[in-house]
Amino acid sequence: MEEFADIELTVNGEKIAKRVEARQHLVDFLRIELGLTGSHLGCEHGVCGACTVRVDGSIVRGCLMLAIQADGADVWTIEGMSDAGEIEDLQEAFIARNALQCGYCTPGMLLTSAEMLEAGRKMTRAEIREFLSGNYCRCTGYHAIVDAVETVMESRFGG
Amino acid sequence: MKAPRFAYIRPESLDEVLELLAEHGDDARILAGGQSLMPTLNMRLSRPRLLIDINRIEELKGISFEDGTVRIGALARHGEVMTSSIVAEHLPMIAEAMPHVAHVAIRNRGTFGGSIALADPAAELPACAVALGAEFVLANKRGRRNVAARSFFNGLYETERADDELLVETRIPAIESGYRSSFMELARRHGDFALAGVCCHARVDGNVLSDVRLAYFGSEDRPRFADGASAAAEGKAWSEDVKEAVKTALGDDLDPIGNFHASAATRLHLARVLTGRAIDRMVAAG
Repeated sequence: MEEFADIELTVNGEKIAKRVEARQHLVDFLRIELGLTGSHLGCEHGVCGACTVRVDGSIVRGCLMLAIQADGADVWTIEGMSDAGEIEDLQEAFIARNALQCGYCTPGMLLTSAEMLEAGRKMTRAEIREFLSGNYCRCTGYHAIVDAVETVMESRFGG
Repeated sequence: MKAPRFAYIRPESLDEVLELLAEHGDDARILAGGQSLMPTLNMRLSRPRLLIDINRIEELKGISFEDGTVRIGALARHGEVMTSSIVAEHLPMIAEAMPHVAHVAIRNRGTFGGSIALADPAAELPACAVALGAEFVLANKRGRRNVAARSFFNGLYETERADDELLVETRIPAIESGYRSSFMELARRHGDFALAGVCCHARVDGNVLSDVRLAYFGSEDRPRFADGASAAAEGKAWSEDVKEAVKTALGDDLDPIGNFHASAATRLHLARVLTGRAIDRMVAAG
């Protein structure tokens, strides 16, 4: 039984092999070991959602998963999602609607919104709010974020 | 904060897990979804020497239905339970409760077994299990035993599970014809821990209730089956008078613990209001 282990995973489409400490969570691994600082840490106990990353196709709290558990996983962060162009319309809508001020929550908001858009249908504002309920924003009051997501749903899935 | 140091092992078989639990007992913690364990590690409220990661044990996964019973594997993720057609058909109470269990990103990782084994008093699933007469299957190196949900929860994060045991699955009787369920919860933010919550299950014939089972969470140190309130509705045609009798009886069943989120009196009041609404809706659903 070891406090370290060798892991292999894919991050933003790139294969990575590293030795990690068992106690290191996924976002510290991404930030410290890989320099991917787009995933943020707010509360570090699963409440705020700033650490949201996509693991094997679903969003997770990056602070509540150990890096060692991502062995073999396919991890996507805001850096990779931005570069891939998958959420370009969402990012543009966030800017157009002023859906961010300090930007700390934004990567998490975008990843959560991206998963919401994967449902492939228009949602009500109440549904959008419910889906985003695990992500705290202390600047915008959420209204503009809901506007941005709604805008993208309208353009992707029709009025 | 950052988690303290610990060793980590990811066994490939259930036998290996049980062997490790037999050897390490309380020095080890089972890591399933990690959605409750990881916060306690990050806040250093817990310092296990060893984490046993069970995420790759195939036989702990999945949801199935057989002989009137739904089996929910310990590793079934909340998101999976929420979208399961078996759960929707046979366990409508659980289906109704799932959207209240945390938030999307947490439901993608958190497990049914983890929620039961942790026994957080504000959690939805332990109370649903109590109301629905679930049984938990516990395994150790020497064998297996079934424990009824109503005698499983002993207090704040305390259960009947021994240090060398793993909760491998939950078995819940499917809803029978003529029965209805209703679930209601109040929280400050959707998905946050409950200030009050009720799980109702009963046979409903017209507006006459029988085999009434009311269970509460977010009230005291464990999910609470309300004997008095359930009895007050038993065999009765649902009416404003019966509703008042149920609410009054609830005062003897529950002894809520107040904190800075809500006082004991507020919690009891909320539990009463929710009970009335939940049974109203259950009766009207026909």
